[in-house]
Amino acid sequence: MRPSPRAISLTVLSLAIVLITTWLIWIAWDATASDPMTTLAPLSDNADAVQGLYNFVTILAGIVMVGVLTLTLAFAVIFRERAGHEPQQIHGNSRLEVLWTLIPVAIVIAIALPSFSVIIDTTGDAPDDALEVVATGNQWWFEFEYPGLDVTTANELHLPVDRAVNVELRSEDVIHSFWVPQLSGKVDMVPGHENRLWFTPHETGMFLGQCAEFCGTSHANMRFRVFVHAPEDFDAWVASQAADAEPAQGDLALAGEKIATTLCAACHTIRGTNAVGQIGPDLTHIASRTTLASGMFENNSENMAAWLANPPGEKPGSIMPNLNLNAEQIEQLVAYLQDLK
Amino acid sequence: MATATGTLPQVQEETTIWTWLTTVDHKKIGTMYGISGFAFFLLAGLEALIIRTQLAVPNGAVVDADRYNQLFTMHALTMIFLGIMPLGAAFFNYFLPLMIGARDVAFPRLNALSYWVFLGGALLLTSSFIFGGAPDGGWFAYAPLSDEEFSPGAGLDFYAIGLLILGTSSLMASLNFAVTVFNMRAPGMSMMRLPVFIWMMLVVNFLLILSLPVITVALVQLVFDRNFTTNFFTPAEGGDPILWQHLFWVFAHPEVYVLILPSMGIVSEVLPVFSRKPLFGYAAIVFAGVAIGVLGFAVWSHHMFTTGLGTVPQIVFTASTMAIAVPTGIKIFNWMGTLYGGSIHFNTAMYFAVSFIALFTIGGISGVMHASPPVDSQQQDTYFIVAHIHYVLFGGAIVGIFSGLYYWFPKMTGRFLDERLGKIHFWLMFIGMNITFFPMHFLGLSGMPRRIYTYDADLGWETWNMVATIGSYMLALSIIVFLVNFFWTMRKEPTATDNPWDAPTLEWATSSPPPEHDFDVIPEVRDRDPLWYDRDHGIEKVEPPSEMHIHLPPPSYFPLLIGLGVLLLGVGVLSHLALTALGVVIVIYSIWGWALEPTE
Repeated sequence: MRPSPRAISLTVLSLAIVLITTWLIWIAWDATASDPMTTLAPLSDNADAVQGLYNFVTILAGIVMVGVLTLTLAFAVIFRERAGHEPQQIHGNSRLEVLWTLIPVAIVIAIALPSFSVIIDTTGDAPDDALEVVATGNQWWFEFEYPGLDVTTANELHLPVDRAVNVELRSEDVIHSFWVPQLSGKVDMVPGHENRLWFTPHETGMFLGQCAEFCGTSHANMRFRVFVHAPEDFDAWVASQAADAEPAQGDLALAGEKIATTLCAACHTIRGTNAVGQIGPDLTHIASRTTLASGMFENNSENMAAWLANPPGEKPGSIMPNLNLNAEQIEQLVAYLQDLK
Repeated sequence: MATATGTLPQVQEETTIWTWLTTVDHKKIGTMYGISGFAFFLLAGLEALIIRTQLAVPNGAVVDADRYNQLFTMHALTMIFLGIMPLGAAFFNYFLPLMIGARDVAFPRLNALSYWVFLGGALLLTSSFIFGGAPDGGWFAYAPLSDEEFSPGAGLDFYAIGLLILGTSSLMASLNFAVTVFNMRAPGMSMMRLPVFIWMMLVVNFLLILSLPVITVALVQLVFDRNFTTNFFTPAEGGDPILWQHLFWVFAHPEVYVLILPSMGIVSEVLPVFSRKPLFGYAAIVFAGVAIGVLGFAVWSHHMFTTGLGTVPQIVFTASTMAIAVPTGIKIFNWMGTLYGGSIHFNTAMYFAVSFIALFTIGGISGVMHASPPVDSQQQDTYFIVAHIHYVLFGGAIVGIFSGLYYWFPKMTGRFLDERLGKIHFWLMFIGMNITFFPMHFLGLSGMPRRIYTYDADLGWETWNMVATIGSYMLALSIIVFLVNFFWTMRKEPTATDNPWDAPTLEWATSSPPPEHDFDVIPEVRDRDPLWYDRDHGIEKVEPPSEMHIHLPPPSYFPLLIGLGVLLLGVGVLSHLALTALGVVIVIYSIWGWALEPTE
């Protein structure tokens, strides 16, 4: 049966409509590549490998979508009821049915094989010279330890550029997920399991991460940052972080230190003092961090004072309770903590 | 009411509340499933609207974090277990006997019991909003967040007990329906002449029969972990939270097909009727549905690609997951083949059926994308997945259900839903659904995680969130149009003839609405499309004999009573064990009464 000119022109019209729609979708799709947490602009070796596959899969998906939508639309328009047309009563067509069984088989194989190879590449062991980092999920913040470097920090991971990092993933409580879209896909932090992921960042800069597994009340507020430095800058950062806390200077800060090493010491560590608590984030160099409360607020005196006044009010569900500090105590604590560079 | 005797047409007895409470008629039970399912569908939609309103702008303040977590958890639970599943069950209850030429299901009282147990479980789960807080651990309730240590409130207990009760209901219904399909088909109705809707529901029944025991075990373990200090899933004491994930998804992945297969069946009925030609590749569609059901049990770990499965399991589950694309593709191509060369009559039912093909395809394609674990490592737990599931479950399941509603409404009520309002409903829903859910792909690509009650500005998420929220209000409007249509139509005089669409399946061989005994004379089936065969071969409908004595099962209040007992049992576990004891007594008494109840 030769298709009629009417059928051909309606098919072409359908194709045009679907292609224009797909093109508009593509514009919006592609625009997300410039967003801060985009999944489409990889800046590490492993993320590159994933992205290659991602692009291939997206193109195939686009072709299938255009094909199916065009034909569905075209058939719906071409074969709408009209006078004098009695449809042929066909029940099927074996050759066609075999053909369209084979088409999805081919597409699926085309996606599966490169997937297997990327899985093998990215789930294998990290290179031997990789920087070791232990990342621990807590409700609702991240702790980062650098074994052998004597550094413990929270919510901000610092890395050298062009060197593999092997992140060991742990959890103190419930399941969390470690995800920095531009540097790597996510891997869950499961209590009782030792997961890990590794990647080699190849650009310096600051990248946003966020917990990706629902973990309770403040799941939305469990964010972190990754800073990728030139090697010498990273070494300098390690040196400053490995040092003990600055002793307090000035009356206000001294009073603050006194509170910090008594009241706060039950939960927080400030190295070089007798504060060795293990529940909350290490505060030894808290003033060197850019945010407070796991990426919720910019780290400045004002926000820190607001936090100290009522943590659960600032961050729903916060494990740190409202300590009913008075304004004077808060001022003293802020003066002390903001000196802990 | 026990028998329908005398000359026909039979005069319907007056129905009272009592008729409905004690009915064992599959049509009445189907209607009750439908009305309850739709009410819960509206509730779940309302929850979604609050969620979308909260997310319309950065740092939204409509609800707080805990309430938000309850809302997204209950939205999923309500839609899945109290909305879509019962709506599928409603059609199946109503049309299974009618489509296979039977007078009722195999076990009519068990059928009533399934409904009452479902209603009890549904009310129990929903009442958690009033008593002590709704579940807030996601519908997946991952351990150890679901453990008492991290979720001390009653919410997760409501979740476990509610789902256990609902599971009992589904299990009874599935066994009942499967037995009905195998044993009660009209003469000539071989398995390969079964309507595709019945086939797909049969697959659903087997999925439920095989997967519900798994979630039942897991839920009992969860209840024990939470209340009796066992440690199945608590890592500190040597339990394993990943075990919960395996058990949950061994159930919950087949559950996805439980939600979509009924709608695949519905469009497989609607497309041929309004294309005026038989379904293309009937056998292929049936086998593809069975294949989806079988493969559905072999893919659960693709929900767990980011949990550190390891290299080999990732590869195995990638292969099995992608394999499902093949039978799914076969179905889509066969539906397109049905349209091809047809004479398509576009009414509202057909609008929904054709748009089902397009929308479901989009959801299917994005599913194949994250079947690849490296791709999934970026998409998992982002709005990309939210877009995917809503294209499958809204664009697929719900659009299919509306197609079925418009298609079968004249059979069920004798009235036609208004076509003009229907088309307004369709276009609002079609456009609204795409405006709501397509932008979620973009949000996922730009890194927005799921299940967050708030987000900061300047992440590139504002525009598409606002667009999605506008779309969700369009969806709400479309539902209002439908409700207006429904109530307006119900005030009209019934005008539908037996077979107004000239459809080929047996439910159209009886009056609209059907008499209580379904068929005056059990039809004989000579072809896969029996009514078309009879039409084309000039076979007249067999006239009923002037004197009829059709035995119908009598009404019974024991199903309702057992349902009440089961509800008390659950309520007791959540409050005071004395209520549980009372529930047990009622259940035992009712089973006793049930067993001795005369059936004549």
